[in-house]
Amino acid sequence: MNPSAGSSQPDITYLNHETTVSSWLLTRDHKRIGVMFLVLVILALLLGGVFAMVLRIELLTPGPTIISAMTYNRMFTLHGVTMVWLFMIPAIPSAFGNFVLPIMLGAKDVAFPRLNLASVYIYVAGAGLTLFGMLWSGADTGWTFYTPYSTTSPTAVAPILLGVFVIGFSTIITGLNFITTVHTLRAPGMHWSRIPLFVWALYGTSIIQVVATPVLGMVLLLVCFERVFGVGLFDPARGGDPVLFQHMFWFYSHPAVYIMVLPAMGVITEVVCAFSRKNIFGYKMIAASTFGIAFVGFFSWGHHMFVSGQSTFGSGVFGVLSMLVAIFTAIKIFNWVATMYGGSIDLKVPLLYVLGFIFLLMFGGMTGVAVATTSLDVHWHDTYFIVAHFHYIMVGAVLMAFLAALHYWWPKMFGRVYPERWSFLAASTIIFGFIVTFLPQFLLGNLGMPRRYYQYPAELQWLNVLSTAGASLLAFGFSLIAVYLLWSLRYGEASAANPWGSKGYEWHSGSPPAPHNFTEAPRFEREVHDYTVPEAPRAY
Amino acid sequence: MNELFRRMLFLPEQASTVAKDVDQLHYVIITTTMVAATLIFGTAAYFLIRFRRRSETEVTRKVEGTLGWEVLFVGLPLGTFLVWFFVGYHDFIRMQTPPPDAMDVYVVGKQWMWKFTYPEGPNAMGVLRVPVGKPVRLLLTSRDVIHSFYVPAFRIKQDAVPGAYTQTWFEVTKPGSYRVMCAEYCGLKHSEMWAEVLALSPEDYEAWMQEQRRGLVSRRDASPSAPEREEPYKPARQAARYDAQEPHGEVMYGERGTLAERGERVAAERGCLKCHTVDGTAHIGPTWRGLYGRRERLTTGETVVADEAYLTESMMKPQERLVEGFAPVMPTYLGELEAAEVAALVEYIKTLRGARLETIRSEGPVYEPIGGK
Repeated sequence: MNPSAGSSQPDITYLNHETTVSSWLLTRDHKRIGVMFLVLVILALLLGGVFAMVLRIELLTPGPTIISAMTYNRMFTLHGVTMVWLFMIPAIPSAFGNFVLPIMLGAKDVAFPRLNLASVYIYVAGAGLTLFGMLWSGADTGWTFYTPYSTTSPTAVAPILLGVFVIGFSTIITGLNFITTVHTLRAPGMHWSRIPLFVWALYGTSIIQVVATPVLGMVLLLVCFERVFGVGLFDPARGGDPVLFQHMFWFYSHPAVYIMVLPAMGVITEVVCAFSRKNIFGYKMIAASTFGIAFVGFFSWGHHMFVSGQSTFGSGVFGVLSMLVAIFTAIKIFNWVATMYGGSIDLKVPLLYVLGFIFLLMFGGMTGVAVATTSLDVHWHDTYFIVAHFHYIMVGAVLMAFLAALHYWWPKMFGRVYPERWSFLAASTIIFGFIVTFLPQFLLGNLGMPRRYYQYPAELQWLNVLSTAGASLLAFGFSLIAVYLLWSLRYGEASAANPWGSKGYEWHSGSPPAPHNFTEAPRFEREVHDYTVPEAPRAY
Repeated sequence: MNELFRRMLFLPEQASTVAKDVDQLHYVIITTTMVAATLIFGTAAYFLIRFRRRSETEVTRKVEGTLGWEVLFVGLPLGTFLVWFFVGYHDFIRMQTPPPDAMDVYVVGKQWMWKFTYPEGPNAMGVLRVPVGKPVRLLLTSRDVIHSFYVPAFRIKQDAVPGAYTQTWFEVTKPGSYRVMCAEYCGLKHSEMWAEVLALSPEDYEAWMQEQRRGLVSRRDASPSAPEREEPYKPARQAARYDAQEPHGEVMYGERGTLAERGERVAAERGCLKCHTVDGTAHIGPTWRGLYGRRERLTTGETVVADEAYLTESMMKPQERLVEGFAPVMPTYLGELEAAEVAALVEYIKTLRGARLETIRSEGPVYEPIGGK
């Protein structure tokens, strides 16, 4: 199945032109950096997943099960911190974005290759600091670090805050790099109107990263100052205002969910086009809605605080603005479905993940509209309904897109084909497991089970057991993926240069690409994903 | 119809005047969104089958989006969402605005209990008695960290923020007992910070209030020995010993530091310092500075020397022998503190030498109904 038969793969690739350890650790090649990030974020996913599994087992019974309340509180904090800052935020931009963005633009590398390498080490340093805090004594504040609990808690909050602060720099650098690369390193023929939508998504994400992350850095430092020097910004006992922290925190952390979701949406766009053999329906609308989400995302942070004592009028404004995010998301979903119309659709594993993505994003997004409705949110705020909602939309979207990208670009990154049947089984398990895990949590929230509860009323047990059962399915699916992907690295078939017959620009290079991506200058003579013109044979 | 939907969505009973309205919008939104989501997903599934790849060489048409489609894609959801928003916001304003004839109750959250104070005088821990059919305005604050007063059956929730008063209100429609939970993470026992709202008929409520005004101290609900203190919703658990799970080195931090230093950490961890100061001023409980070896006068008139035995007894059975001038509000720590922690605490109290201060009656906050009445 090689539509571009007659074309040869490059002999020297980025994987085999140098093979020493130092050539990896000191590389300035965006592809190797992307691969290093991929390994790191998968390790973070594993760590966060283990925490999640322990939490779910603990919640099998209404009372204590396997860990104490103290351990439980630390565990959900670390689960949140690990999953949000070590996995979801860097997952797609830093790993896949670094790998394919320059290739899509026809560039040899990103604009600041050394900074790019620095971002890996900054990430490692921040993750190390966070892990040190976890091992030292952990923090029991929840990943939101709400003051004044976080300023008075007797646990190791400061190292974890500083760790997240450091990781923020890695995020900012990646964002700066992408923005500069898009502006300065486009190959001849790459007009603004031809830029692939994955790049547009990363561009929008980068703007959020550069603008919002410093705010998080500042507010976390302020909490550290409060803990260490007793400054008195947030603790009312020292004349501070605890709600101020919530405003500052969510001013970053709400846009942060779009840092996670926008790249995911970009991946989905690429995959839908490739497996439907269709041009995207409404290119301009999808690009524009990316920026719409990025913009409006900055003005909806107050929907986390409807019951925090902020003014009724303020809640109303934030409620309306939150609804606009749903509009932009709806545009994207409609356009993806419309893209499938009249296509030639091949249900391969990446497309299966796309279906999972659309399902989760839609149900998650619809519940998002429901919780943006002020009167309903009063009942749902801080209950399991919210937990289920953000796991559906944030985690579900990122996870599905991450796995779709992993499978779609696996041949591109490593030149190997993964086993189709095993991956189909794993994908079905994960999608089904995800739904079974979090659907009961919507109902738990309706029943009024608050978040972060170590013990819960006995009548809620069966829903919790169901949720834990789903989590075990998820764990099984992930182990399966780990096994067959590692297997394929060693024993998998060599892949063709363009195994999917995709017309995304990243397939202009070989699979895996040559050290500087291209052996001949890339030509951009057609729109991206235009399947109506025959492809000229090319040397990779 | 209402009942059917309520059961399908697993919603708790509707016991307040706003609950029904909130739920009705809930049904509309959930039904509409689920139907829409199913339709969209069904369309995608239909395309998947209808346009499946039949041969490798298929050529697809180029389909471009048109303005009409995009207007539809934007306009349809936007219109629907705005309608929902306005209906919801209308209800929200109602939920946020207490009626002018509401009775006030002051609510203080602290780790990990709810305390209720009526302007007429009585205090209660963990049980809020209200009359049915009368709007009740709650004025919430917190003594330590942010808590959130949440009654699922009333569909109300409001954060209790330290250093500020927030307000919420409800009107109960049927007598009964309703569970109150803390919804904002507040530390170790966040999941046990429960209370109940006891909705009484207006006559019963009046009778109870009269009793509170003139009855004996021991008959009041503020006294935890009263039968009303039985908590109807005890979490299902074997025993109250959460440390029976594992020797929790967490509180003891792997035995770092001297015993007194560990005692200081235990005091911070367990919330002792919320009521006991270490600087010599009396707060809700007697100060710890200079407490060890001090001769204290009890409410019964006799005196006692605060030695290890008395200090331990006060942690385990705080109501047994009370120091004069303090309210019987301390919860028991029986089965909560393990021996090592008690020892560490006593050792810490021993180190707090200092000026011998007379223990004077604590000046609690003065509650006065705030404006608009």
